[in-house]
Amino acid sequence: MEKRVTFKGWLLPLCLIAPQVLVSAVFFFYPAGQAVWQSLFIPDPFGLSMQYVGLGNFEYLLSDPYYRASFLTTAIFSTLVTLCSMVPALFLAVVADRLIKGAGVYRTMLIWPYAVAPAIAGVLWLFMFNTRVGVVSWYLGHLGYDWNHVLNGGEAMGLVVVASAWGRISYNFLFFFAALQAIPKSVIEAAAIDGARFWRRFWTIVLPLLSPTTFFLLVVNIVYAFFETFGVIHTITSGGPQQSTTILVYKVFSDGFVGQDLGSSAAQSVILLVVVGALTIFQFKFIERRVHY
Amino acid sequence: MTQYNDPPPGMVERRGASLWLSHVIMIGGVLIVFFPIWLAFVASTVTQPEITQPPMPLWPGDQFLANYREALLSGVNVPVATMLFNSLVMAMGIAVGKIIISLLSAFAIVYFKFPGKMIFFWLIFLTLMLPVEVRIVPTYEVVAGFGMLNSYGGLILPLIASATATFLFRQFYMTVPDELAEAARVDGASPMRFFRDILFPMSRTNIAALFVILFIYGWNQYLWPLLITTDPSMNTIVMGIKQMFPSGDDTANWPVIMATSILAMIPPIIVVISMQKLFIRGLVDSEK
Repeated sequence: MEKRVTFKGWLLPLCLIAPQVLVSAVFFFYPAGQAVWQSLFIPDPFGLSMQYVGLGNFEYLLSDPYYRASFLTTAIFSTLVTLCSMVPALFLAVVADRLIKGAGVYRTMLIWPYAVAPAIAGVLWLFMFNTRVGVVSWYLGHLGYDWNHVLNGGEAMGLVVVASAWGRISYNFLFFFAALQAIPKSVIEAAAIDGARFWRRFWTIVLPLLSPTTFFLLVVNIVYAFFETFGVIHTITSGGPQQSTTILVYKVFSDGFVGQDLGSSAAQSVILLVVVGALTIFQFKFIERRVHY
Repeated sequence: MTQYNDPPPGMVERRGASLWLSHVIMIGGVLIVFFPIWLAFVASTVTQPEITQPPMPLWPGDQFLANYREALLSGVNVPVATMLFNSLVMAMGIAVGKIIISLLSAFAIVYFKFPGKMIFFWLIFLTLMLPVEVRIVPTYEVVAGFGMLNSYGGLILPLIASATATFLFRQFYMTVPDELAEAARVDGASPMRFFRDILFPMSRTNIAALFVILFIYGWNQYLWPLLITTDPSMNTIVMGIKQMFPSGDDTANWPVIMATSILAMIPPIIVVISMQKLFIRGLVDSEK
């Protein structure tokens, strides 16, 4: 990471790096340290003093059936979101890659949802499936299916999964499409000359060549499902019914701000911190030099 | 990238029926992906009774001007025009702020040797790991302690504390030929002169691509503004929409809410579509 040619002096570089270090220290390291610190205490009922409980908050959390349920919910949710956003994207990218003309137009049309905020996506899907005015739920009702995500946990989960996956299809499509376009056509042609038909070529050549992209997208989409879907869940279900859509990040919010249980919320932050750390290290270990937003 | 000629038609099965099928699939995919946005647009152009007596029409009505005027000028809690302005300030603040501090810190890390450099580098690197969602409660307390609730500073600063952009510029600076810095030094140019006249102009495409990504990131923030803007006049549009739903059993004012949703999408969509090439390059290059 060193340049062969560097400038002299140490005051200037310190001044240059100062803004970033300052902002990180005040809004990142101090709060993160606070989270670790607070996770070791419980406040008394009047909020006047803090009592040291060691790892008590963690022990309590790990034995709390609601928290365990939230872990399971998060696992199911992020698996489904990742699948529902990657499989259609790969399918569309493979189809688009076969087109010589028009692929660019389709790409432009498919980019739109990427720009739509998760919370807005939540509002759009809530509108379609609203139990009173929703178009889709109305037609489902006419087909004899009584849609009610307000009461039915499974339907609520389905709705937040689809609303979260929707915008990600664009994102994944862009990556798969770029990766497909980068596969040398000569490789495909050679296989075609040898008599391999489309699906055989796809399974034996294209998919293995896509594996770095696929793996990268897998990690990025899991991180997305964990941390960036708060808006979708808050707008559509608020974690309900009966906590059936309360993912871990949502629980940090609801315990910390709605329930005012600071110790527990801080302990949850620390657990999440470990999860993100593990995911990030995993990602950097396997895909060097890749940075996610 | 090497250019490969397309194979002669027929060799890789791009024939009649298959070609048509591909187009049909793509058009179908686009329509399905597009449908929620279309429905929101239709809902923003009809009257409330047309929506509350399902099924609502699937073709736009004639209330476009009335609904958008109502949303922009009066809204539900606060005029949407105010929320749009707040979102714009927040998104621009995050994008510009992050780009400026990252350009400078990456310059320091790549082009200087100074005491503690590795420590700073790793401190910055660590911030890559932790989205604001994870540390919301303590970060909220810090911002509240500074008295920055309901302020633009409180909206912007905590979200600037991340190293993604720093990393990107560092990556880019490493590819800049050493001879340029050497020549600048031989000619007696100061480091800042080198930065201003050579490095900055060379970074322009990267800056633009990053701007698109950061603008969308800032515009689409939800949880953070939800926590720290308790005053409706400081709401951003993305988080403000949820506040437009009535609590309890009252019927939501759907045409105005959907008009607001459309308004909330327009700026990021314009940015993405108009800077598509740069954006895709920034996204695919930066993340690979």
